[in-house]
Amino acid sequence: MTASGTERVCIGVSGIRKVFGDVVAVDGISFQVMYGELFGFLGPNGAGKTTTIHLLTGLARPDDGTIMVGGIDCSKNPKAAQHLIGVVPDESNLYPELSGFENLCFCGGLYGMSGQERHRRATELLEMFGLSSASQRKYASYSKGMKRRLTIAAGIMHHPPILFLDEPTTGIDVESARLTRGLLKKLHQEGTTIFLTTHYIEEAQRLCGRIAFLAEGRIIRTDTIDNLLSPVKGREIVEVAVSNPDTLPVDKLSLTFPGYSMQKTDDGKLLVESEGRVRIADLVRCLDELGAEVREARKKQLTLEDVFVSVTGIGADALMDGKGGKK
Amino acid sequence: MTMKRLTAFLSIVKKDVRAYYLKPPNISWGILFPLVWTGMFFIKTGRDMESILMVLPGMVALSILFGTTSMLAVTVTFERKAKSFERLLLAPVPLGLLMTAKTSGAILFGVINATGPFLVALFLTDLSGISWGVVLAAILMIAIVSTFLGLFIAVSVSEVFEAQTFSNFFRFPMIFLCGLFFPIEDLPRILQPLSYVLPLTYGADLLHGAITGQNMMSFQLDAAVLLFSIAVLFILTLRNISRRWIM
Repeated sequence: MTASGTERVCIGVSGIRKVFGDVVAVDGISFQVMYGELFGFLGPNGAGKTTTIHLLTGLARPDDGTIMVGGIDCSKNPKAAQHLIGVVPDESNLYPELSGFENLCFCGGLYGMSGQERHRRATELLEMFGLSSASQRKYASYSKGMKRRLTIAAGIMHHPPILFLDEPTTGIDVESARLTRGLLKKLHQEGTTIFLTTHYIEEAQRLCGRIAFLAEGRIIRTDTIDNLLSPVKGREIVEVAVSNPDTLPVDKLSLTFPGYSMQKTDDGKLLVESEGRVRIADLVRCLDELGAEVREARKKQLTLEDVFVSVTGIGADALMDGKGGKK
Repeated sequence: MTMKRLTAFLSIVKKDVRAYYLKPPNISWGILFPLVWTGMFFIKTGRDMESILMVLPGMVALSILFGTTSMLAVTVTFERKAKSFERLLLAPVPLGLLMTAKTSGAILFGVINATGPFLVALFLTDLSGISWGVVLAAILMIAIVSTFLGLFIAVSVSEVFEAQTFSNFFRFPMIFLCGLFFPIEDLPRILQPLSYVLPLTYGADLLHGAITGQNMMSFQLDAAVLLFSIAVLFILTLRNISRRWIM
């Protein structure tokens, strides 16, 4: 999807490329993020997500292409664009010797916030992130989830209109992840433009308006969640487990149900896929007549994960394991 | 400098002082190192209390050199390793101002370190003949040039231990070559040109002139070379950061 005439482009990326030695980390990607949008960058580790964030925030320079952030050419004048952005890096990188409160005040200071403003905002954020009771404790003594929450708080300390988050919920506890997602929704509702990278498909589906699928440094597809899911809407998959999988009569079944696509999985199950509804009762009866003893027949909801797998060719397991990135 | 930039500058200095310089190991290093070395040298050479003035410039310069270069390995290399330095690079603060802020704490630390030898000498000998204005200028310039040397080293390596090792590679030869303890004319002829390449030689000459009146070069020349070295080291460091850290 491209920008409609009424929407204004907040982040405009055109043909950026970044090479490290003989590895092409980002390979000529282009996309636009509109003001107020929550845009997701979904891909496995090594796909180029962090490099893209580094390029967009001025931590790296593109070898080719242009980057506009908030109307400023970030490839030429990153410092000017840095006034507008907040960044939550993939690793919690605050100062272990300082307390949570001191860390936030320091981050506010970097953006020129006055002492009074810093204190008020730090107190507000510590409360918002459930860290008030630990505000005077050193950052070094925080748990992983607490560190992550404080790192996110540091990223929004100066009220940035544009926020970049690099895998904000990776490796943290369920409660912290929930809190983070809730906060991102709130910031989005308040009008913050959010660029989020993740390898959690569900998270991207739950939060983002549009998603770009990234693999091996290239954008494979960019679209809204609805549009991405439209090819699988109405389609149905049924997974059938039988007691004697070796004797599964797939050929005979295909002849009986010509509208269905049949496939035997590695673990001996039968996967039945249809553009419409799968008639499970008929299927089970037929299997029974053919001598296959059905133990379980289960409808499977097609999700964004299935779309990702079909579009990128990268397995969902590889996405979660961090494989499938740039070799 | 705008108010916002001044706030950012002061925030970085304050954070470094709190996080690094006010820590017990650094306070003890900052106080004990100059005092112990000074005491040791004074006892060794102090049959005649007047000789203390001959050793004092060396002790002052050493205290500054070791204090500043050691701190940069921590405040820059460690932060770079822990990725917290990225936070600074992401701030809307020009790189020059950012690095000036990062080095200000170390410069201040070096200046404070320099007071140790003077405090010891104050109790042992007469310091009334010292030209304090020149001493202050010398201390400040030595602190800045040593800090920038430490910064240059810290930016050139990726591990804290590398920074410390690399620093020693520069520090120890400098002690013997810059005329602090041995007059340059007494050094082997082949080493003498090397002495004049080292910025500390000019700092030591300034201190010798201010404390004992025995300087080889003019105050103006010493100051000019030190200021030139400061500028070159700073520019090279900014170029290195820009090339190596903003990839």
